[in-house]
Formats: sequence, structure tokens, C-alpha cells
Amino acid sequence: MKHGKWPLIVTFLVPPVLLYVFFVVSPYLQAFQISTTDWLGYSADANPVGLANFKTLWHDDYVWNALKNNAILLGLVPVLTIVLGLFFATMLAMGGRKGSAGVTGVRGSALYRTVYFFPQVLSVVIIALLWKEVYHPNQGLLTSAAHAVGLPAPTWLGDPATAFWCVLAVMVWSNVGFYVVLFGAAMSAVPKEIYEAVLLDGASRFTTLRRVTLPLLWDTVQVAWVYLAIFALDGFILVQLMTNGGPNFSTDVIGVRMYDTAFGSETKFGYASAIGVVMFFLTLSVAVLSLRVGRRERIEYS
Amino acid sequence: MTTLDQPTATAPTPVASRDRPVRRELGVANALSHGFLLLWGLLTVLPLLWMFISSFKTNGEILADPWGLPGALHLDNWARAWTGAHIGRYFLNSLVVVTGSVSLTMLMGATAAYVFARYEFRGRQVVYYLFVGGLMFPVFLALVPLFFVVRNAGLFNTWLGLILVYAAYSLPFTVFFLTAFFRTLPTSVAEAALVDGCGHFRLFFRVMLPMARPGMISVAIFNFLSHWNQFLLPQVLLQGDESKWMLAQGLFALSVSQGYAGDYARLFAGLSIAVLPVLAVYVAFQRQVQAGLTAGQLK
Repeated sequence: MKHGKWPLIVTFLVPPVLLYVFFVVSPYLQAFQISTTDWLGYSADANPVGLANFKTLWHDDYVWNALKNNAILLGLVPVLTIVLGLFFATMLAMGGRKGSAGVTGVRGSALYRTVYFFPQVLSVVIIALLWKEVYHPNQGLLTSAAHAVGLPAPTWLGDPATAFWCVLAVMVWSNVGFYVVLFGAAMSAVPKEIYEAVLLDGASRFTTLRRVTLPLLWDTVQVAWVYLAIFALDGFILVQLMTNGGPNFSTDVIGVRMYDTAFGSETKFGYASAIGVVMFFLTLSVAVLSLRVGRRERIEYS
Repeated sequence: MTTLDQPTATAPTPVASRDRPVRRELGVANALSHGFLLLWGLLTVLPLLWMFISSFKTNGEILADPWGLPGALHLDNWARAWTGAHIGRYFLNSLVVVTGSVSLTMLMGATAAYVFARYEFRGRQVVYYLFVGGLMFPVFLALVPLFFVVRNAGLFNTWLGLILVYAAYSLPFTVFFLTAFFRTLPTSVAEAALVDGCGHFRLFFRVMLPMARPGMISVAIFNFLSHWNQFLLPQVLLQGDESKWMLAQGLFALSVSQGYAGDYARLFAGLSIAVLPVLAVYVAFQRQVQAGLTAGQLK
């Protein structure tokens, strides 16, 4: 019987491993190697230049500008999304306090949950293109609404002063619904008695959220934080399709920098790979940091 | 539970006296938070509704009154998007590629995960972590070399290349999730089947795979949506031949050409064509979809 297992292990494991090594592992390894060359294009030679690309990168103002925008996204998108997500999830799970000790959701909470999740099933491309039209300076939804109530409207994505915030708003808009559902699922695992007891003690809703819900959901919030942080460091598709980094680089992010460097007017593959390597280490450190900083004792319901 | 019930049962008299101001405060808070819930609901639905309504308007109506309703149902916008802008073809292209890539991902992911979960052999941990480690790497980093790997393999501008790449990049999560799932299945059934003389292959396809169905469905939904919504990989690996494009690329091209042609109605119709089926499937299977998408984060 023991010998019978090898044919299965080999046939089951070899094809996935080959596929994975060929298309995933080898490109990643090559990326590190290419980042130390001056490779310029499809047929040109690639000469090893050591860490010269990273040195150029250090003095590249466009890269720093993009990184600054990523840093702002990193500071705001996770916080806003998690706060809104927790707020709506709480409302949906126990907004309708009936009597003195009933803990129930608000009316229509199932419908809200369905609707909030909509952006999650739409492709980022659709979200980007749709919002581009919503922000259209002439016949967009927002401009005409502002005009209807007699307010002057900015040009939204056309103005360096507002474009970045418009993109940020779309990022939050597209993520909140997912975390409402995620936090809602985590909340439903918390025994109701805990909330009923808190309620009897006369705690306000805000206190309940801060002192009871948040500690109990800490694991989930932490995972959400890591995912949103990674999202904020990327943001490539939304930015590329909505503004392509403009106007005047006000919405540029590091992903757009890398894509333009590799597949834009010039094909600086060596330099683009160096940007990719930097992105990789940034993503990794942000993920590890948020897991480290947020570590707390695990709570088990007995 | 019993200890908790007692205060509630005896509470009414003392609580009632201080209950009234609390109630009123709760009433105001309730109205406020209901307002927020409704506001966010509107924020989510309004752009989609606007897109859908605008897809039936003429370009003149869209320019004159963005908030207005169409004077008549201009279905010709949809026809212009479906055939004129080839959205119909791109839709079918995406369907073919995603069907292929999800099937391949599930087959490869399930077989590999089964081996990791159920068989002991030397080097198992190393291979497992090789797969799961892929979760940490952004696709971005691999983009430039991947382009050449695919081109040198003669798979540039082919659907097969896209299918293989989609599957390869979905393996880390699929293997990670399904390995955990296969481990939760009871071992006794498998042992009994082996004792009865059932072969290892038969055991997998006839017994274990059907038992893993709930987990398989969750990951399949997850993979389907992420492949269907993919934009970066086709944009790099399927650049040339327009007739082979994926839906996302077609929509992007439509948006770019709209900038010159000013045919807003056609763009809205194209977007609606892309949105409606996905939204319909989601509403029909929302429990499974929500579970499938959130499962990845809760584990």
C-alpha cells in the first residue's frame, strides 16, 4: 500500500510546480537580476551596472513625488476604509436596539449589505472608467449636481489641487463595502450575550464599538489593515485609467512610474525592475510592520 | 445565559425611570445613523444607476441634462457598443479565457493542495512554502521578465499564454486555501476506502474531491472574479491583436476613443453590458460570493 502513493504524488505535484516555477518563480528571480543592469529594450545588450539604478532612483524626483503620493494613500485609505467599514458593520449588526436588551440589526440590513458589496464584484477598470465620467468637468454627475444647487464646481480630475483627492475617494468608495461584509461576518461570531451585557451596563454605542467590538475584532482589523496597505502601495490601475498620473504628476503613484518606465515611450527595463524591487521591499516592510505593531493577545470565545 | 437573564427579568422598575432620556438620545442617534447608511447606499448605487440610465439616452440628452431621464429608450447605443465597438466579442473572449484559466487553476490547485495536506514525503514543507511564499510578492515585480518569459515561449498574444499565466499566479492563494481545507476533512473515510482496496487516484476523484466541494466553490468564485477583472496582465501579454482582446481592454479602448468621438452613450452602454451580468450573478449567488471573497481574508 505504501508504494502506491508515489505515482499520485508525482502526477499531482509535478505539473503545478513546473507551471509555477516557469511563470512565477523565474520572473521574480530575473527581476532582481535585471534591476542591476542597464537593459534598455528588446534587443539591446544588458550590461551589469551594479547598484547604479538604485543610485539614480534615489535622486529621481519623479519617483519621490510618486512615493509621497503613495505615502499619503497609505496614511489615509486604510484608516478611512476601516473606520467607515466598522461603523456601517456595527450599524447593520446592532443598530436597531429594541427594548432594553435586544441586539438586532437595523431594518433592511440585508439589502444594505447586498448593495454595499456591489463595487467589490466590479472590475477596477469599470470603476475607474465610470468614475472618470462621474467626475467629468462638463456633463459629469458631480459638476451638474453642483451647478443645480448654484455652487461652482472644480474640474475634479483636471485640477492638480483636487485630482489626487478625487482618486483617493474612489479608492475608499470601492473598498468600504467589502470590509462591511468582512467585519459583519466577524461580528456575527461574537456571542450576543456580550453585547447584551454591555448594553445593560449602560454603555453608549461609541464605547461599545471602541471597548468591546474593536478588541474582539482585532485580528480581522489587522488583516484588513495589511491588505489595504498593500492596496494603497499599488493603486496602479485606478490611477492609470483615471488620470495616468496627471495633471502635472499630482496623482502619480509608484506603480505608474514603473509601468511608464518599462512600457512607456522608452523601455528602460533595468531601471523599471529596480523600481519594482523597491516596491517589493516597501510592500514587504509595510506588511511585516503592520503585523508587528498590531500584535495583541488572541481572544478565544469559550 | 441563565445568570444573564436574571437582571433583565427583574430590571423593569428601576430601569424604566432612567430609560426615557436614553431612549430619546437613541432615537436621534438612530435617525442619524440610518441617514448615514442610506447615504452610503445612494453613493454606491447612484453612479451605477446613472451609467445604466445614460446608456439609453442620446448624446444630446447626456450633454444637455446629465441627471435627466431618456426621452425614449435608445437601444441603438447598446447595438453600437455590442457590435460597433466589439464589446460582444470581447465579452465572449473573456468568457473563454476565464473558463479555461479557472478550470486549470482549480485542477492544479486542488491536486497540489491534496498532496500537501494528505501525503508525507521529504521536501514537502519546502515545496509548500515555495507556493505560499508567492502570496507575498506583487505581480508588478515580475511584469518585465514575465513579458519575455511568455514571448520566448511563443505564447505572446495568445489566449493559451494568458490562461497559463492566470493559473500560475492564482496558485499560491488556491493552494494555501485548499490545503487548509483538505486538512479539515476527516481521515477515517479515506482510510476506510484505502482498506477496501480503493486506489489513490480513485480515492481523490471519487471521495475526497466531492467532500471538498464547499471549499472548491469558494476559491473558484474568488478566482473567477479576479481573472475576469484582470487588466494588467492582458494589457502587457495581449497587446497586439485587437480581435483577441479581453473585455477590460475593450472597455478601456472604448473610453479612449470616446475622448475623440464624443459618443458618451456608447461608452455607457458598453459599461452596462460589462456590469449587468456580473451584478446579476452576484445578486443571485450573493451568499456564496460574499463567503468566497471574504474567506480568503478570514482564514
